[in-house]
Amino acid sequence: MPSEPLISLRDVQLAFGDNRVLKGIDLDVQRGQAVSIIGPSGSGKSTILRCITGLLRPQAGSLRVADTAVHALSSEAEFIALRKRVGFVFQQYNLFPHLSVLENLVIAPLKVLGRKRPDAEREAMALLAKVRMEHKADAYPGQLSGGQQQRVAIARALAMRPELILFDEVTSALDPETVGEVLTVIRELTEEGMTCVLVTHEMRFAEEISDVVYFTENGLITEFGSAEQIFQHPHNPRTQEFLRHALGESGRRQHKPAPDVLSNLSRYSLSV
Amino acid sequence: MVTEVFLALWQWSPALGVGLLQNILISITAIGLGTVAGLLVGALAMSPLAPLRVAARVWVQVFRNAPWLVLIYFTTYVFPFEISVGGHYLPFPDWLKVTVGLALPASANVAEIFRGAIGSIPSTQWEAARSLAFDRGQIFRSIILPQCFKRMLPPWMNLYAVVTMGTALSSLVGVHDVIDTAQIASNTVNLTGFTVLIYFSLLALFFAYCYPISRLTQRLERRYAF
Repeated sequence: MPSEPLISLRDVQLAFGDNRVLKGIDLDVQRGQAVSIIGPSGSGKSTILRCITGLLRPQAGSLRVADTAVHALSSEAEFIALRKRVGFVFQQYNLFPHLSVLENLVIAPLKVLGRKRPDAEREAMALLAKVRMEHKADAYPGQLSGGQQQRVAIARALAMRPELILFDEVTSALDPETVGEVLTVIRELTEEGMTCVLVTHEMRFAEEISDVVYFTENGLITEFGSAEQIFQHPHNPRTQEFLRHALGESGRRQHKPAPDVLSNLSRYSLSV
Repeated sequence: MVTEVFLALWQWSPALGVGLLQNILISITAIGLGTVAGLLVGALAMSPLAPLRVAARVWVQVFRNAPWLVLIYFTTYVFPFEISVGGHYLPFPDWLKVTVGLALPASANVAEIFRGAIGSIPSTQWEAARSLAFDRGQIFRSIILPQCFKRMLPPWMNLYAVVTMGTALSSLVGVHDVIDTAQIASNTVNLTGFTVLIYFSLLALFFAYCYPISRLTQRLERRYAF
């Protein structure tokens, strides 16, 4: 394993009142890795991402992003310095509705990084091309489908040239037809070596792209390991049960599609 | 008889027009003053300093819940008729006092509209902007306020129409506006038919001025309903 992880959480704890959301999270992300956090709803997955970018403050434990001790930051300027390096993509896209797609991409580079408009626009158009949205540069977010908005939101995060991007259930609000177009963009990013941390319910996608998978339950990491280990040979009984439900009865991915369509049906069975 | 009445209306119509201009002048000045003051009060209401917030809340509650006529009497009789500025005496005419009287409740309403608009921007917009490393001032200027002004426009125009109708009160404190002119005309011509006709004309004049504003407001409301 490489020496210095880009993100490192040690015994991170956070509570909202009496509700203990994170009960001591240990998590490491190496530069260039794609790491997925999976687990049941309400287990604290999104909270972990929000702590990494300083939107939430843990009450105990240490949280480092490269050489920055996030748990010790206090001033707004320090958080801003952190967020310049950490991109964040939200479940509900959260584009700025009063700005065109292009303006959504350039506003932060212009105002926060102080870049020149021609440069920022040129780079924004290149990013829009990368997410296949360049034909909508002048459209407004309200005119786009969910999948299109989410691709713009990813490009908006990339426009800040972050060192890593956090994806918070970015396909959960999308209809099944547009999930694929967003996942394709994320897959390309991981292939280019962008450090990505994903909270996701797309198990097959997580298995396919992740270097490391963390399984959270009840504010704790119950198991982590390579995608192959977690999805093919989970040790923890809760992980096994969760994956059995999430992936269908077999609990494991079929490596080759069966020649006979009918034999494949079990994958689509619903567990209620 | 009928031609006589309409002839009298025709003769008085230039005077009515001048009177209406006075009402429009009062309404525009009042909404202008009220908007500037209201945005200021609304900003104070969101100040991190508690005394400023309390002061802004008191201002809003007092002037939103006071009858407009009382405020107009108040400003008319409290303010002097001239103000001394560095040895020069600036006249402070009645119409300007009425304008201030209307600007006070207008400012309280603008402050509430402003506060409501800021509160109506989803917190996810703040979160998204913070995740892009904007500071608090930048979020306000670049993300929140531009969305607020669009949302404020329809209620603000609605308020303007109400202020315009409120200018009809100014005749009660002796401002020579369109209502005052109509009263003088009615007393001078002294025909029942003319009195009825001239007050119908007032209705028509106010309607002709306010209705387009309310229609435009409705169109804007539809357009900005995102």
